[in-house]
Amino acid sequence: MADFILNGERVSIDADPAMPILWVVREKAGLAGTKFGCGIAQCGACTVHLDGEPVRSCSTPIADAEGREVTTIEGIGGPNGELTPVQKAWVSEQVPQCGYCQSGQIMSASALLRDNPSPSDADIDSAMRGNICRCGTYTRIRRAIKVASGQLEPRDEEA
Amino acid sequence: MNELSPEKKSRLGKWSRRGFIGAGVLAGGGLLIGIGVRPGNPIDELAPKVAAGEGEQLVNSWVKIDTDNIVTAIVPHCEMGQGAHSVLGQMLADELDADWNKVRVMQAPADGSYVVTDTARMFVAPFTMNAADWIEPTWNGLFTQVARLADAMITGGSSSIRTTGQHSMRIAGAAARQMLVGAAAEGWDVPAGEIVTRGSMLIHEASGRRAPYAEFASAAAEQRMDQTPQLKTADQYRLMGRSMARTDIPAKVDGSARFGIDAEPEGLDLSYAAAIRPPVPGTSVAAMDATAAQDMGGVLQILNMGDFVAVVADSYWQAEQAARAIDIEWSASDSPVRTMTDQYGVFAAALDEAGDDGGEEAAARGDVRAGLADAATRIEAEYRVPYLAHAPMEPMNCTAHVADGACDIWTSTQVPLMARSAVAETLGLGAEDVTIHHPYLGGAFGRRLGAEYVAMAARIAQATGYPVKLIWSRGEDTQKALYRDADTCRMAAGLADNGDLTAYDAIFTQRHDPAEACVPAMYDIANTRVRLAEAPLHLPFQAWRAVDHSKQGFFIESFIDEAAHAAGSDPVEYRLAMLGKSPRHAAVLREAARISGWNGETAQGRGRGVAIVESFGTIVAQVVEVDMASGKPRLEKVWAVCDAGYVMNPDGFRNQIEGGIVFGLTAALYGELDLKDGAIVQSNFHDYRMLRIDETPDIEVAIINSGDVPVGGAGEPGLPPAAPALANAIFVATGERIRTLPLARQFV
Repeated sequence: MADFILNGERVSIDADPAMPILWVVREKAGLAGTKFGCGIAQCGACTVHLDGEPVRSCSTPIADAEGREVTTIEGIGGPNGELTPVQKAWVSEQVPQCGYCQSGQIMSASALLRDNPSPSDADIDSAMRGNICRCGTYTRIRRAIKVASGQLEPRDEEA
Repeated sequence: MNELSPEKKSRLGKWSRRGFIGAGVLAGGGLLIGIGVRPGNPIDELAPKVAAGEGEQLVNSWVKIDTDNIVTAIVPHCEMGQGAHSVLGQMLADELDADWNKVRVMQAPADGSYVVTDTARMFVAPFTMNAADWIEPTWNGLFTQVARLADAMITGGSSSIRTTGQHSMRIAGAAARQMLVGAAAEGWDVPAGEIVTRGSMLIHEASGRRAPYAEFASAAAEQRMDQTPQLKTADQYRLMGRSMARTDIPAKVDGSARFGIDAEPEGLDLSYAAAIRPPVPGTSVAAMDATAAQDMGGVLQILNMGDFVAVVADSYWQAEQAARAIDIEWSASDSPVRTMTDQYGVFAAALDEAGDDGGEEAAARGDVRAGLADAATRIEAEYRVPYLAHAPMEPMNCTAHVADGACDIWTSTQVPLMARSAVAETLGLGAEDVTIHHPYLGGAFGRRLGAEYVAMAARIAQATGYPVKLIWSRGEDTQKALYRDADTCRMAAGLADNGDLTAYDAIFTQRHDPAEACVPAMYDIANTRVRLAEAPLHLPFQAWRAVDHSKQGFFIESFIDEAAHAAGSDPVEYRLAMLGKSPRHAAVLREAARISGWNGETAQGRGRGVAIVESFGTIVAQVVEVDMASGKPRLEKVWAVCDAGYVMNPDGFRNQIEGGIVFGLTAALYGELDLKDGAIVQSNFHDYRMLRIDETPDIEVAIINSGDVPVGGAGEPGLPPAAPALANAIFVATGERIRTLPLARQFV
């Protein structure tokens, strides 16, 4: 039995201690926003926060989450579904294409901006290089992080 | 504006029969005309799948209007990141004069009635039959037969806007508007010409009457439809040409967007499957020992399916762990190709055999042999490109439930009807017994034009009796899937005394689609010949973003660059001199030179390269700047100028071009699959590398709306110029001409 805090709620889930957090969250807790991409911590699609730190949930066993806080994409917004500044910037900059990697991108970016409210390009590179976007939305991800951190103005709608 | 899923809507209420009767005589786009004349109108079957609450009226199959005056655009293409749902809704809403805030977009169900006729013509006609042979029966009502032939609810070929958008959604919107106006004119007893439409409202200024569309939706459904409704001209557009925010994005930032892999159908207790397929194409299971796997936690069944082995377990992770513990012996392969050296040897043999005059001529102008013989300078080169995997972020997956002679499928697919046929054939069911549920795709790039993973899931579900979700590991999809073809291209060029290119000769071994990709048609070269010397591929082919243009763009635009340098000319000027009969191309290239500040000079250690390719109806020129100071390529900046005739959503278009460039640069720098003992070596993102954010250059995309030409595509055209522009830039920086991709391999 794995006991941990999932998006602010204490949960107790029957799972093999070696099962990665990814599959516990997706199949047992029914939270599908966290994605399976590679299974070997190479693409970042499965990024969640463990006690606030970004981890690759496909390669982190649920045993590591015992008694700790796991936050997924479903858990970062406000209580009534309000978007965070990062999510708002992802909308204003029209970042996603297929969208599959974007939960992980947003989780990585959210952790970056919490620790570093005004990241440089180099800071963005090092925080985000673990997240692959096959659609190639990187220039927009960079821009959205700068918008979320107040370094750039949001895109003019319909420009 | 937001997205609806057909499943959600279908539970809301029953279909209004009155609306159906009206809609039955209507026709919207090309394919609905086929339905309209078909005996046994299928809209009756279609209606329950798209209809919503009591009181809603189906104005026609592409658009419906409900009592809250909400307009729903029913889009037959899937959404795989290209923004088709939004922009097709935008095109329909514009012609309908709908209030954009009250427009919804819905994925059309996988039903033969949504066969994308125009796209089908593009895809099917070149390969199987000429258009007249199979389009005609549609008009005569033999629709089912065509649907079976074409299985053509296809999303691909950068075609959604220019086929379905231009030839169905806009017509549907315009037709619906005309019918609403006609109904209001009758109801108000005023001339139709005095009624204007705006913001989903009908307005008769003289009498002060105003009504929402919903008020006349039922009456409109009984109006006679104009087969050729008046479409807007560009100066009348209200939504087209504007960067409306995409409808699918809100769900893609909060984790609520549902992809195929997220299927957890209500009422089904899913089991999870992992599969191991043969490492070498064409081989099968010779023997297996599952002793270690069968006692592992959660394992329910282990299946030897002959062409693959599957484990069904309580969770995917358990299934995957157990699958890896199975010892499988595979049958021997009779392919002569064990390594890429072997594969390139097969290509070389075919090219050698074709020699100077053999092979199949794909294009010929003038006398290329005389042109080469008479040339003052002759250059020759051989180019090579490797096999590539599509590697969409969402691994291949499919959820299948087989029960009571029927099958439900949940999957990410570009070809829902083809998937339906594949499942029906595999299970021995009729197509009508198979229902395909197809939510968003986590990327596709051509990979999901194949449906083999769908048929596999259906077989596992049938064999076990469990509703089952099959997920391929990343390794399975990297090593045992369908691939962009490798190829070798031999080229020769003749230059006159003044450096002008007077002869161009190319021969290669793989030709798929588009057929014209291999021809440098925009250039005015007196003697041009392009030939195919077909050679067998070891790995199975699947169209990969930009398809033949992904290879031919590199061959042609690298070699033209070689000619420019051999002539001692500026690469932009050299191309411009050959674009006299292609004014749109010349304008695009000039603009690329202008915005990039092209002057033939770059800083020490850096190089700039240029390339221009027309693909899928859109002309794209790119200038790439690379920094070679460290000895390895570092991408600094890409400028892209695009002429797609008219861009429907500029920001969405730019996003596609940016993505195409990153995809193209990824392949150019890193994309490579090696073979060892006939099996692919690379398995995951650690050895099949993707460009990452820290390697991605700044990208600037400019749009030229030249107008008065057919609208071009967006998803693929950004890709083809990227590799040659980069290789050309590396040549400028280093003096080294790289003719074999990937480029980074040369700078390890």
